[in-house]
Amino acid sequence: MNLENYISYVLMPLLIFSIVLIFIRFLKGPSMADRVIAIDLLVTCSIGVITFVSITTSQSTFLDIAMIIALIGFLSTVAFAYYLEKRNKNE
Amino acid sequence: MSDIIIAITATAGVLFILLAAIGFLKMPDAYLRMAVTTKASTLGSGLILLAATLFFADSGVTSRVIAIILFLFLTVPVGAHLIARAAYFIGVKLWKGTIIDEMEGKYDLHSHELHSEENKDE
Repeated sequence: MNLENYISYVLMPLLIFSIVLIFIRFLKGPSMADRVIAIDLLVTCSIGVITFVSITTSQSTFLDIAMIIALIGFLSTVAFAYYLEKRNKNE
Repeated sequence: MSDIIIAITATAGVLFILLAAIGFLKMPDAYLRMAVTTKASTLGSGLILLAATLFFADSGVTSRVIAIILFLFLTVPVGAHLIARAAYFIGVKLWKGTIIDEMEGKYDLHSHELHSEENKDE
């Protein structure tokens, strides 16, 4: 079994399974904070998925997209935290 | 030989992310979930990115991957702290087994300012 098949048929399904687990908590999440953490974690997992795609297709350009997604994930986390706090303050 | 090292590193990363996902689903409290997920998922993504570095063995890819890992290590704790602070202010319940809540009574609910005991007396 070579590396590409190992990543495509063993590691990628495990990663997708963990994404499904996180998404269950995203749907269940009793509070808004749980959903924001779930989005943060989904972004981190998607960096892993992009890296695996980059290895299996052996195109290193995909890693730039991983960097941009990490940036957008941090920005969205900060914005969500800011507005969660603001919303409560005004009420 | 290098294929085996890449496979071991990527497998370790995926297992850490899987553990983070299971902990995220099973933990009883938003703050405990945050504590589990931020550490494990950062390590998992870092190991997967390290596997990409070993696979390409190229200076451009290596510098890019180091930039991504440094960025993750800087931003994930900051983001987790911001969400935890916002969650405490909007009144997310602590787990019923929590022993100590050191923030209790030490912040102003309207101005969102923290103060210690000494400042309270003045």
